[in-house]
Amino acid sequence: MMLERRKAIATLMANRPKDLFVVPGLGSCTYDMASLGEKDSDFYLWGAMGGAAMIGLGLALAKPKLKVAVITGDGEMLMGMGALATIGVQRPANLAVVVFDNRRYGETGMQASHTEHGVDLVGVARACGIARTFDVHDQAGLETLAGELVALKETLFARVRIAADDPPRVLPSKDGVELKLRFRRAVAAAG
Amino acid sequence: MENQTGWPDQLFDVLKGADIRQVGYVPDAGHARLIARCKADNDIRDVVLSTEEEGVALAAGAWLGGQRCALLMQSSGVGNCINMLSLINTCRFPFLTFITMRGEWAEFNPWQVPMSQATEPVLTAMGVKVYRVTEADEVADTAQAAADLAFSGDFAVAVLLSQKMIGRKVWK
Repeated sequence: MMLERRKAIATLMANRPKDLFVVPGLGSCTYDMASLGEKDSDFYLWGAMGGAAMIGLGLALAKPKLKVAVITGDGEMLMGMGALATIGVQRPANLAVVVFDNRRYGETGMQASHTEHGVDLVGVARACGIARTFDVHDQAGLETLAGELVALKETLFARVRIAADDPPRVLPSKDGVELKLRFRRAVAAAG
Repeated sequence: MENQTGWPDQLFDVLKGADIRQVGYVPDAGHARLIARCKADNDIRDVVLSTEEEGVALAAGAWLGGQRCALLMQSSGVGNCINMLSLINTCRFPFLTFITMRGEWAEFNPWQVPMSQATEPVLTAMGVKVYRVTEADEVADTAQAAADLAFSGDFAVAVLLSQKMIGRKVWK
C-alpha cells in the first residue's frame, strides 16, 4: 500500500531532534508540517516556488552545527532542479532534501508532474554529486530515513513516493515577517 | 578582466567590513576579480549558482541562520530572479546585490540589450531599491550605503555598476 503523506510526515518527525530545523516547500508540504502543530522551528513557505532547497542550503551553511531538512514536493523540486547541482558542489554535512513525490501538482488540480512521466529525481541528485540518497516506498524505508535525519552527517537526498491523496489543509501563518523573525530567533537560540 | 584594479578591491573591502559571510554568484567577467577575492577568503563561503534566482533564496536562508549574504550577477540575471524576489519582499529579508551592467554601452551583443533596459524597472517593481554607479571612485561609498540600508533596515538593495565603468568585453 502506498504511503499516505500525513502518516509519512508524522513518521519522519516522530523522533525529531531539537536541533533539526525544517523548510517545507509551498503547498502540501507546508500543510503537512503544520498538521504536526505550528512551530517556530519550521519556515513555512507559501511561495518562492523552486527556492526551498536553496533556502535550506543558505541556512545549513550559516549554521553548520544545526541540522536542516528541506521537505518539499516533486513539482517544487522540479522548478528549482539546478539547486541540486549547486548543493552537489557545496555538500554541507547538515543538509537533507526530502521530496514527497505524489507525481502531481496538488495546488492546481492534481495535474501530472514530470515524475509521472519517469523523471527520476534520485538519479538527478546522484548525478549532481549527492552520494547519500534514499528512494523510499514503504514504512520501513520511512523509518530508516527518519533515523538518518536524527543522525545527519552527510548531504542527503531522499524521494518519498506517496499516494496522490488530498488530506484537509492545515494552514500555518502566512505572515512572512512573522515567520522569518520567529524562525530566526529559534535558530539563534539553538546555538 | 583579471587585470581589473581599484573598484573590485574596494567593493571586496566593503563586503568584508559589512561582515558578508556568503557570496552567491554566477561566473561573470565584470565580477571576475571580486569573485576571485571572495573565493580566496577563508571567512567567505563562495557559492557558485546554476541560475541567479538560487542566490535570492540562498540569501534568505543565510539570514535565517544569522549570516549576511551578497549576490553577484550581471544584468541578464535579474530577469531570472523576478518571482524569487517575492520571498525577499514578503518576508522583508535584507538583500544586497551587485549587478554588472551589460547592453548599455559599447555592447557588441544585441541579445543583452532588452534585459539591460528592463533591469532597473524590474528591480523597482519587485521592491528592490536601486543605486547606480557610473564612476569608479563612487563604488565604495555607494556599496557601503547599500549595505547599511540593507542590513540596518531590512531592505532589498541593488547596486548597478555601469558597463562604461567596467569596460568593454574583450574576446581572447
